Amino acid sequence: MLKLLKYALYDILKSRFAMIYTVFMILVAVSIYQVSDDLSKVSLSLMNIMIMIVPLISAVFATTHFYNNLEFIELMLAQPVKRSHVFLSQLFAVILMLSLSIMIGFGLPMLLWGADTSLITLLAVGVILSAVFAGFAFLASVLTRDKAKAIGISLGLWIYFSLVYDGFVLYLIYSFADYPLEKVTLGLVMLNPVDLGRILMLMQLDISALMGYTGAFFQKFFSSSMGLLIAGGTLALWTLLPNLFAMRVFKKRDF
Amino acid sequence: MISVKNISKKFGKLQVLKDFNLEFRLGNSYALMGPNGSGKTTLIKTILGMVMPDEGEIFVKNQPIKGSHSYRQYIGYMPQIGRYPSNMKIGQLFSMMKDMRPEIKDYDLELVEAFELDQMKDKAMGTLSGGTRQKVSATLAFLFSPDILILDEPTAGLDPIAVEILKAKIKRERAAGKLILITSHIMSDLEELTNQAVYIFDGEVYFNDTIESLKELTGEVRFSPAIAKLMQWTLKKKVTKREMSHVETT
Repeated sequence: MLKLLKYALYDILKSRFAMIYTVFMILVAVSIYQVSDDLSKVSLSLMNIMIMIVPLISAVFATTHFYNNLEFIELMLAQPVKRSHVFLSQLFAVILMLSLSIMIGFGLPMLLWGADTSLITLLAVGVILSAVFAGFAFLASVLTRDKAKAIGISLGLWIYFSLVYDGFVLYLIYSFADYPLEKVTLGLVMLNPVDLGRILMLMQLDISALMGYTGAFFQKFFSSSMGLLIAGGTLALWTLLPNLFAMRVFKKRDF
Repeated sequence: MISVKNISKKFGKLQVLKDFNLEFRLGNSYALMGPNGSGKTTLIKTILGMVMPDEGEIFVKNQPIKGSHSYRQYIGYMPQIGRYPSNMKIGQLFSMMKDMRPEIKDYDLELVEAFELDQMKDKAMGTLSGGTRQKVSATLAFLFSPDILILDEPTAGLDPIAVEILKAKIKRERAAGKLILITSHIMSDLEELTNQAVYIFDGEVYFNDTIESLKELTGEVRFSPAIAKLMQWTLKKKVTKREMSHVETT
């Protein structure tokens, strides 16, 4: 397993994509640090960019990586190694590469110009979102036999979680504005890993006061250890479920 | 050595293998033949565990392969098209494959030398030509001196010198008493390298015996026309089948 991972990582870390992605992240972070001196403003801007870019890149990259490595996966399957190990080595290599790019790209400027807890949370959320969307992408890849279709599904999931879902939630809140909706909204947030990551971030900043009663409710929930536990658990589920399901399908898939 | 028992496989609606039964014995060399899409590669892939059969079982060295992965250490597989991670160098690929089978310490480096892969070990796989990649695939299949060799169109894409080197190697392994399975469309290669013929058509085994008895059966002296005749028979059989079903339906 570790051997497989070593070689998968070696291949992926030397790829041009890993370099470009890291440099891109550095450029984003550096330019935002240059614009403002206020750390909370920096983390807010970084969050807005990251919450859109990271899931998109993860979804597209993981799908293309799976299909580009299909022949290599086949080669490994003909060797005396476990199928699950082949799958996990590919998955971990992708997640590690995406996480490293975020860590280096955002982390280096943070080391240079300082960071606070919100920025550390930002890094953690970035890593988790990478894992979640890599899982979606691998699931889409093992379920289809066509690269274009798999990328389509991955992109569809990204559009759904990043754009469509928020519209749906907003519509719901406006339609039922007369009712107390805090708990419903909280439930809805749990059903979307991107929103959950965003809220976790926002709670680290002082702007939750701007969100009215719901903001106060969220603040209370996410600052309690129970709330953090639930949020962390939900994110863990979002990471594990697609990946485990993808592995199940992979174990029975024909190559 | 390898027994395939009642294997059936469907891809969607397409039945690729129908109630397949075959026995491959150690010391023999089998030519796996059949038109394109007849199920040759699918059969090989089910033996390797890359395709899961819908029904039936496969035994390698009397052990069922289902849920097992260790049996693959006895098999050297050369795929039809070998594609490798493009950033990986030849040398790294070889050390990786050696890493996969840590219990084997003796490597068969004959082909490495014959194909002069040592001089290229710093070349990235992505920059190699198709033929060189085939050489790498062939070398990897023989590297661990496995008891079973499965070669899917081994000579396709190789230059004449390399073809001769590979064929000589296959002959030596055959003389050493290994089980060899070859698919190819080049009849002269098959005649040189094998003693058993397996003819697959439409997911069914139409012929499975020695090449001698195939020649006897078809009344041909040479291998190539004998196979051509067999192909014609099977095609005719298909036509008659179709005509009969047509009669029945009207």
